[in-house]
Amino acid sequence: MVIERIDEQLPGAILDRHAFRGDQTIVVGRERLLEVVDFIYREGFQQLMDVTAVDGGQRDPRFDVVYHLLNLASQERLRLKVRVADQESVPSLTARFKSADWSEREVADMFGIPFDGHPDPRRLLMWEDYPGHPLRKDYPLDGGDAFCSQDIGVSYAPDARSLNG
Amino acid sequence: MAELNVEPTRTSDSDRMIVNMGPSHPVTHGTLHIVLELEGEIIVKATPQIGYLHRGVEKLGENLTYQQFIPLTDRLNYCSSLMNNVGYTLAVEKLLGIQDPPRSRVLRVLCSELARIGDHLVCIGINAVDIGAFTAFLYLFKERETIYDLFEMMAGQRLHSSFTRIGGLFRDIPAEFEPLCEQFLESCPRAVDEMERLLTHNPIWADRTKGVGAITPENAISWGYTGPCLRAAGVAQDLRVAQPYLDYETYDFDVPVGTTGDVYDRYLVRTEEMRQSFRIVRQCLAKLKEIGPGPVIIDDYKIALPPKEKVYTRMESLIHHFKLIMHGIDMPVGEVYSATEAANGELGFYLVSDGTKAPYRIHVRPPCFPIFSSFDEQVKGRLIADAVSILGAMNIIAGELDR
Repeated sequence: MVIERIDEQLPGAILDRHAFRGDQTIVVGRERLLEVVDFIYREGFQQLMDVTAVDGGQRDPRFDVVYHLLNLASQERLRLKVRVADQESVPSLTARFKSADWSEREVADMFGIPFDGHPDPRRLLMWEDYPGHPLRKDYPLDGGDAFCSQDIGVSYAPDARSLNG
Repeated sequence: MAELNVEPTRTSDSDRMIVNMGPSHPVTHGTLHIVLELEGEIIVKATPQIGYLHRGVEKLGENLTYQQFIPLTDRLNYCSSLMNNVGYTLAVEKLLGIQDPPRSRVLRVLCSELARIGDHLVCIGINAVDIGAFTAFLYLFKERETIYDLFEMMAGQRLHSSFTRIGGLFRDIPAEFEPLCEQFLESCPRAVDEMERLLTHNPIWADRTKGVGAITPENAISWGYTGPCLRAAGVAQDLRVAQPYLDYETYDFDVPVGTTGDVYDRYLVRTEEMRQSFRIVRQCLAKLKEIGPGPVIIDDYKIALPPKEKVYTRMESLIHHFKLIMHGIDMPVGEVYSATEAANGELGFYLVSDGTKAPYRIHVRPPCFPIFSSFDEQVKGRLIADAVSILGAMNIIAGELDR
């Protein structure tokens, strides 16, 4: 297993790990992310399938940046997580994986997590002066009226989650 | 034509022309906007602008129950919505740790493969139209109508099927399904042959596609390519074989692989994949006969709704129905990533559950998102006309691209 080899070669890099329904997850510190990614890339995890994030709400640190990697030779999958606080940045993986380019832009756009060393840090889905980051938990479901520059005091569902809760 | 990687000779910015391709250009399907920087006819830079369709499907998903999200998956890749239904319900079932009944598994494979054929028919047909070959498109679209008739028989809907349920399917197929499906299996391969006769050895088609958008296997992997685009580049990665789900390992089919990764190879790979899907559909029909009638949804009323006749006649079932609608399914706390081989490549759903009735986080990994991100590299140094054929062969579906 690749996780054991990371433990052997890079002691202390894995802060936490868990397995659920066959999915292997490791949590690494953001300062050691590039080192771990370089190592597992050489181990055969050459396809970065996906980058996304999870907003923990009130939790500290607030965000998980989640990477899904695939080893095409052994068909092994690995989930890698980095925990970051609000406004804290994560090193960009664009130098290693070309697919990181847009995925990281999407995460930065939707969650407001900056990526250090990203060659093109523009928003991807929303326009440049769009207010806020829509996938954060504190962003209202209706999004307000993005075309109105000032608050008009009308919200369709101020606490949308409660509608279903 | 194939070796046309002309380096621009003039460097002054004033010589450059900016051309907006889309969102109203026929190739860009009304939702894609690509800003092309041109020097003469040569593309120097392409900047895709996505987000025109952003519906916030992930945000919506976090505020709906697991069951309520199924109709939203239809709207991702609307050309093969059944595959999105299957992919999503498999993810939820992985989270729950359950498996649907055998008959449902065969039906899921059957509808996925029909959807794959439909998706490839559209992709090749539209790509041919974009390049200027209209007749092939007509042959193919007639067959897609039959596929939609079959979907209507299965799910009651032609486009937005919402056919699957957590733990199985909405309902079994009707008796008229099989004769029409047999008929389709007779006529569609003939239409595909006809299309091949029109396109495969056509010199204009070859000129417009051979060598266009060629990509090395290493680059394709680095860009996160999956599905036909990756296989056309020579990487034999197919999740149905590599990481089988829905008992795909019990079906007999081949994985076509290309060599150059250009538009022509993507076309050939898709064409052959349709033939392989015909084989799988035939095997599905045989399996259905073998299995015989049986349940298509699990018999666990904590997950799947009880049948209506029970709800109306038994108190216990009425309570189950009420509890499921009002409080949802009891989800374990955890996170899963489940991937299926959709028509376009790996369709992944990443679900994080906090144990409540709505997913805490739901993320879609659409296949065309990473593929489209390589657009600039693919078209740089080529003609505008090549951008059209490359865009078509990437099979960009705006619904899943900007979600």
